[in-house]
Amino acid sequence: MEGQKLTALKAGASGTVVAIEGGALLARRLEALGIRPGVHIIKRSSQLLRGPVTIAVGNSRLAIGHGMAKRILLKTKDR
Amino acid sequence: MIKILLMGNPNVGKSVIFSRLTGVHVVASNYPGTTVGYTRGTMKVQDSTAEVVDVPGTYTLDPTCKAEEVAVEMCGDGDLIINVVDATNLERNLNLTLQLLKKKVPMVVALNLWDEARHVGITIDQKKLEELLGVPVVPTVAVTGEGILELVRHLSQARPGTLEYDDGERWHEIGRIVEQVQQVTHRHHTFWERLGDASIHPLSGAPIALIVLAVTFYIIRIVGEGLIGFLFDPLFERLWSPLMIRLSNLLGSSGVLHDILIGRLTDARIDLIESLGLLTTGIYVPLAMVLPYVFAFYLVLSLLEDSGYLPRLAILMDTLMHRIGLHGLAIVPMMLALGCNVPGTLATRILETRKERFISITLMAICVPCAAQLAMIVGLLGRAGWWGIPALFGVLLVVWISLGMLLNRLVPGESPEIFVEIPPYRLPYLSGLFKKMWMRIRGFLLEAVPFVILGVLVINILYTLGIIDLLGRLTEPIITGVLGLPRDAVGALIVGFMRKDVAVGMLAPLDLTAGQLVTAGVVLTMYFPCVATFVVMARELGVRDMLLAMAIMVIASLAVGGLLNLLLQKGGLP
Repeated sequence: MEGQKLTALKAGASGTVVAIEGGALLARRLEALGIRPGVHIIKRSSQLLRGPVTIAVGNSRLAIGHGMAKRILLKTKDR
Repeated sequence: MIKILLMGNPNVGKSVIFSRLTGVHVVASNYPGTTVGYTRGTMKVQDSTAEVVDVPGTYTLDPTCKAEEVAVEMCGDGDLIINVVDATNLERNLNLTLQLLKKKVPMVVALNLWDEARHVGITIDQKKLEELLGVPVVPTVAVTGEGILELVRHLSQARPGTLEYDDGERWHEIGRIVEQVQQVTHRHHTFWERLGDASIHPLSGAPIALIVLAVTFYIIRIVGEGLIGFLFDPLFERLWSPLMIRLSNLLGSSGVLHDILIGRLTDARIDLIESLGLLTTGIYVPLAMVLPYVFAFYLVLSLLEDSGYLPRLAILMDTLMHRIGLHGLAIVPMMLALGCNVPGTLATRILETRKERFISITLMAICVPCAAQLAMIVGLLGRAGWWGIPALFGVLLVVWISLGMLLNRLVPGESPEIFVEIPPYRLPYLSGLFKKMWMRIRGFLLEAVPFVILGVLVINILYTLGIIDLLGRLTEPIITGVLGLPRDAVGALIVGFMRKDVAVGMLAPLDLTAGQLVTAGVVLTMYFPCVATFVVMARELGVRDMLLAMAIMVIASLAVGGLLNLLLQKGGLP
């Protein structure tokens, strides 16, 4: 599947969501918070040791656990 | 009485609007069968009274967690819906709005955080939005009160809405609406936004967290001790005790009724802690010892919640907490427990799964000393040399981590990953904050206090029947053999159930070595919670889990105590 994992991006990088890997439940939860294919996300920071990832979507900030974050696939400008 | 439901995303200011609409008579309840809370109140609409319900925040009517399930169920129950929308996040908030429109319930939209939207460069054409949705749209700034009067005036114009769309096309429809009503202009990051980001980043976040925690504990100590020193102790000493002595004389200073109500006298005076009477200890313990810290802690917790700092702390702690099977938010009950284990235990309701609640409640009772225990530790171990106190805290920390990891493996169930919205830093709305505090304190008074009184009664009866002494004699060989403490220490451990710092007083004259002091201190902290905590734990966990927790407590304290005995005493340290 095309796209980079959210967890692979550097802090400060941004991209557009292409897909959510895995089951429907995660996709639903993410969608409710505004994360769905076509939406632009900025990665703000990631914690050490596989901790939660902080992202910005529109005007809101979200923290997502590592396991969930690595299932969000993005398309960035340089790929 | 018509029922008005306040619905919207979390963190949009629903509670502030609720607070503005309702009076002082608000009730906090749990939705039946869940730990999800909601609040109800009443307001005057034209000439009649309406019930207002603050429904738990939800992002969607397609539920993804318990709080959302409850919101969905409650949604079918209302006559009128006030949909509180965050003007700074219009697109995401409209997701719920559109879903609510399908319910065809009369609705009004409160476009809240209107001032914040302006600050971030967002303008929304509310007339156009009203036209597109088919329901009244009222801009509000709940914290200042702007727009609230308008909102109430528009309630009579609530209608089911005219927008029609296909479910599959919802986001497309939302995009279309947002395009027509919202304009965004660029602006620079504000100081608070930068501070908000800094608070999460591990390097800058950790020092900020330490500062916040230090200030928190300072406030709690001041408020808690202040209440005890200036209000409750004088009240009890000057008013209540003399009254009790008079009652005691009236009852002839002895006899069953006397002992139950007033307890046993010490040198013809009433010791409010040791007498074990319903009217003495039964009232003194919850009101003068626990309540001041409960008040202080709820004050601080509400401030941390409403300012927006709490989720940031949870994120910083999350990685570490997951190793011991807990969600980052579990740091909150643990912090509360450092003042008093009672609000700490009650606070575990914010955790989603039974496994998390069990682990956090058990770890808390074993490893987190409350303010009274902290005083005890300092008093007892002051004489154990410079290494005594750090040793004790070191042991507690190690046990907390290792027991946590162990329980994480053994207890079946899930610890869900963190997934939270991080609200911007906001100035708390004081009136709403005090209302929230009042509701929590009232919850404590109604839920915990009657059971503490019951606990005191039970102990009193057990004492009278000689069962306590019997327990003492039975456990003696363990106390002396495994823990290496003298026989008389047994009495201290028994009394420790009621009040741990009194137990210290009993250990003081026993002339223990430093090693014995550390062992005794650790065991006293770990083996059993005080009666108030015990009672609240039992109610939160249920009988089966409570017995399991008790077994873990006893085994853990014996194991650690025994180990300390070997290392410190036999190992030849001073």
